[in-house]
Amino acid sequence: MSEVRRFLGDARLVAARDLRIEFRSRVVVGQVVPFALLVLVLFGFALDADHRTLRTFASGLFWVAVLLSALLAVHRSAALEQSDGTLDALRMSGLPPAALFIGKATAVFVQLVVLEVVLLGGLLVLYGVQVVDPVLLVVAGLLAGVAVAAAGTLYGALASGLGVRETLLPILLLPVLAPVLIGATRAFDDALGAVAVDGWAWTGLLAVAALIATVVGALAHGVLIED
Amino acid sequence: MAGRDERPGTTGSRGSRLLGCVALASLVVLGVLAFFLTGPDVRIHPTTGEEFGQFDAVRMLYLHVPMAVLMYASFMLCAAASVGVLVKRTPWWDVMAHSTAEVGTVLCGLVLVTGSIWGRPVWNTWWEWGDVRLMTTLVLFLLFAGYLALRRTTTDPRRQERQAAVVALVAVLDIPLVNRSVAWWENRTLHQRSTLEELKIEDLTLFTLMFSFLTFGLVVWWLTLQRFRVGWLERAAIDHAVGSAIADRRSETSADELDAAIGVTDEQVGEASP
Amino acid sequence: MTHLGYLMAGWGISLVVLGGYAVRLVRRGRSLIALVPEDRRRWLESPGTDRD
Repeated sequence: MSEVRRFLGDARLVAARDLRIEFRSRVVVGQVVPFALLVLVLFGFALDADHRTLRTFASGLFWVAVLLSALLAVHRSAALEQSDGTLDALRMSGLPPAALFIGKATAVFVQLVVLEVVLLGGLLVLYGVQVVDPVLLVVAGLLAGVAVAAAGTLYGALASGLGVRETLLPILLLPVLAPVLIGATRAFDDALGAVAVDGWAWTGLLAVAALIATVVGALAHGVLIED
Repeated sequence: MAGRDERPGTTGSRGSRLLGCVALASLVVLGVLAFFLTGPDVRIHPTTGEEFGQFDAVRMLYLHVPMAVLMYASFMLCAAASVGVLVKRTPWWDVMAHSTAEVGTVLCGLVLVTGSIWGRPVWNTWWEWGDVRLMTTLVLFLLFAGYLALRRTTTDPRRQERQAAVVALVAVLDIPLVNRSVAWWENRTLHQRSTLEELKIEDLTLFTLMFSFLTFGLVVWWLTLQRFRVGWLERAAIDHAVGSAIADRRSETSADELDAAIGVTDEQVGEASP
Repeated sequence: MTHLGYLMAGWGISLVVLGGYAVRLVRRGRSLIALVPEDRRRWLESPGTDRD
């Protein structure tokens, strides 16, 4: 029991550190969130000024905007470990790699949730969508956030230190997240009343994806950061 | 018989040359079987009496189906080899994983292209978004294209082999999820439950299909073997280049300079030696 | 024969790509083998693979 508590304590330490850095530098709030809103506006320009068209595709556009912005957030999260030999210091600290992973993923997850909330506001105001099933919306949004944060943190750790991570990260991460994109879009279609599908079945798929991403990430993280 | 000593400059051995010749001969036989000896797929509708079926487009399946099966086999081998990399950490597994992934990706691209060309006359479309196997194969192709892109980055090979192993395993684990999600996404498939069951299977058609598995099995075996040897040589070439570079530097630097360069003073040398 | 164009395209592309890939592998092997000393060409003498 105390081991579990110590593990969670370690993870919380890392998450708090990442979030504190974010709170002080405001990179995600100041750059990534505006970027996501910009993507929403660009979709509006590219498709049509017509509310009905935008409402039909709102959930898909929402999740594409989330994934693109998540790339930036993940890159930022991985870059934190690269500066000033932080990764070496963490390795020396004896922190379990799995706890480090959970902590970093949690920090990314919190940032993604903020991003999703802002984007949802954009969807309501700019695209004029209506929320039909708020519970489904929240659960699907959180589960997809976990899956994206976990997979993103794993691939961020992997692509960091390659020197080409900016270009490699998207082509590694986005195909892996294809099922999450499909599942989250369909669940949101249901929650926003756009298409009559069983959103809860899709939420189940998202839960499986989130679980796999977290477990695999926690197991693989040690392999990736050891030297 | 060309032995090693007569042709030292190639990756071929007697065994692999024999394998290559058998594979080539087998391809020729398969071509004859597929294009001349087997008949087209023509069925008579039981009530209207009209002719329907795939007609001669069925001859594409003797190419498409074995490549698809061997593509999956290659990726499974790659996943197994990646487990080997993480458990054993020897270069053999890493070169194996890289080889099977590259051969699998080439096959995967060809499966997509031949499937698309076959689908145009039979399904009346080049591309069908809702088809489960088609979309799964596309995502698989993208996943392993990313894997190969990772392998092309030049970093420490020890780190890279573990990273690549993780990427390969995540890619293979992701496949059931992709498959399920596409299946629910668009609940329709143009791929027949089994293309083989629906065809009017004659003995010769079945034999040709089985023969095509054998033929492409040999082709893929040869390709993987060659790719493995190339990968092995790449590693050996890097090791050799690094080793000889170090030896060169050593030979042009005197021992005293070397000690001075790494901060060892004469006194320390004196202390260290008994 | 129906669909001859499709068949030629499909088989043609596949054979050309596989053939091109095979040729590239052999040529890469030839250029690499010059960089590696004789004793490092492992598969030629190690047991378990093709032995001469």
